[in-house]
Amino acid sequence: MKINKLIIYCFCGLLMLGCKSSTKIETEEKKQAVLTEDLSDLSVYNLPSNWTDQNGNQMQLPDLRGDIVVVAMIYTSCQAACPRLVADMRHIEKTVNSKSKSKIKYLLVSIDPTVDTPERLKKFSIDNEMDGEQWLFLRSNEEDTREFAATLAVNYKKISPIDFSHSNIISLFNENGELIYQQEGLGVDYAPTIKAIEEAANKL
Amino acid sequence: MLKKLKQLLFLFFGIAVSFTGYSQEMVLIKKGSYTPLYGTADKKPVQVASFYLDVYPVTNQQYLDFLIKNKTYTKSQIKRIFADKSYLNYWKSDLDFGNANPNSPITNVSWHTAKKYCESKGKRLATMDEWEYAAMADAKTFDARNKKSYNQFILNWYETPKTYNNVVGSTFKNYWGVYDLHGLVWEWTSDFNSIFLTGESRKDKGEDGNLFCGGASVNATDLMNYAAFMRYAFRGSMKAPYTSRNLGFRCARDIK
Repeated sequence: MKINKLIIYCFCGLLMLGCKSSTKIETEEKKQAVLTEDLSDLSVYNLPSNWTDQNGNQMQLPDLRGDIVVVAMIYTSCQAACPRLVADMRHIEKTVNSKSKSKIKYLLVSIDPTVDTPERLKKFSIDNEMDGEQWLFLRSNEEDTREFAATLAVNYKKISPIDFSHSNIISLFNENGELIYQQEGLGVDYAPTIKAIEEAANKL
Repeated sequence: MLKKLKQLLFLFFGIAVSFTGYSQEMVLIKKGSYTPLYGTADKKPVQVASFYLDVYPVTNQQYLDFLIKNKTYTKSQIKRIFADKSYLNYWKSDLDFGNANPNSPITNVSWHTAKKYCESKGKRLATMDEWEYAAMADAKTFDARNKKSYNQFILNWYETPKTYNNVVGSTFKNYWGVYDLHGLVWEWTSDFNSIFLTGESRKDKGEDGNLFCGGASVNATDLMNYAAFMRYAFRGSMKAPYTSRNLGFRCARDIK
């Protein structure tokens, strides 16, 4: 009799366990569904990459969702083209005028993750007067950086221990991570870029 | 007794299946240095560490097996950011490559999808330097780039249409034991987006400016430059989601 009871208890316990685990799976599935909900097929936030910012915080690209994001890829030890690319970014940031200015992020992604530690990026941001809330510096590993660049059609190659060749492209993403505008080359007229940023921001 | 025999048989089949299941043979490419024809500012040799490379390009059948396990990569489900509209466009449907030969190389795949395939096997795409390093060999020599026969083979291939219909292993076995690096399809490399032949960076243009002008006499170096230039220019024209009927891939692996 006692044994029978024990068996029944065990059985009930198992049943409950079963219920518990199945509800757990359900909620997990729901969570995932929410994450990818209405993310368009063209969103850069589909990339499964991990990043660290200039303050050492871990983040993923979808964390930027909801903001307009202006992106350039650089490396901090660069002497030739980057200072101009960085200057372009700074100029664009200063010129853009929008009621949703706080919703525009300016992102600089390192193509040299071994050298560009968060500390180095932080120092670079301060030295270049890009340490406001709107500025974000990110680094990842070699592979995710390569994938991010490939998605932006940015080419780069290490050509010596300290130097890279790289495309000078400024990309604009809307609040859902869709690429909506690209400016290519140095010293080009960035009025169209500014216009595109303002239009995107004013739609928010 | 019978039981033991059965067990033995099972074991045997298990091993046989796991061997064929490990779909791709790889060979060791030993470390060394080489001077790429494009991509270094100062034409200095580049060090390539030892690595493993697939003997053959990935086939239609192997890619189908991958899609069965990774349905989000089928042509109806793939996200547009990962592959353009011509992704697998010679396939009849999601899991049917139609009239294509199962042992012909998979093509019309994007960089993202090729990368994902290799990752699903615990591998990766070869870097451009690794690929070029392995591919400068002919059947007998480790670096055959100065041989006329080697370059002529590549140039003849450029003029032959639809080589993507041939099966893998139908070209020569090179010095390392690798097939089809030339003569079948172009192949994706992990850092294909490190080419500067499109005028973005003038100093890295190399000597390609001399290629088409005033070249009255054609010598071995010209052939070599031309064969390689075509390959680099093709890579330089690609973007990650692009796909093409004559572009496939194979995988590589680090030495652990």
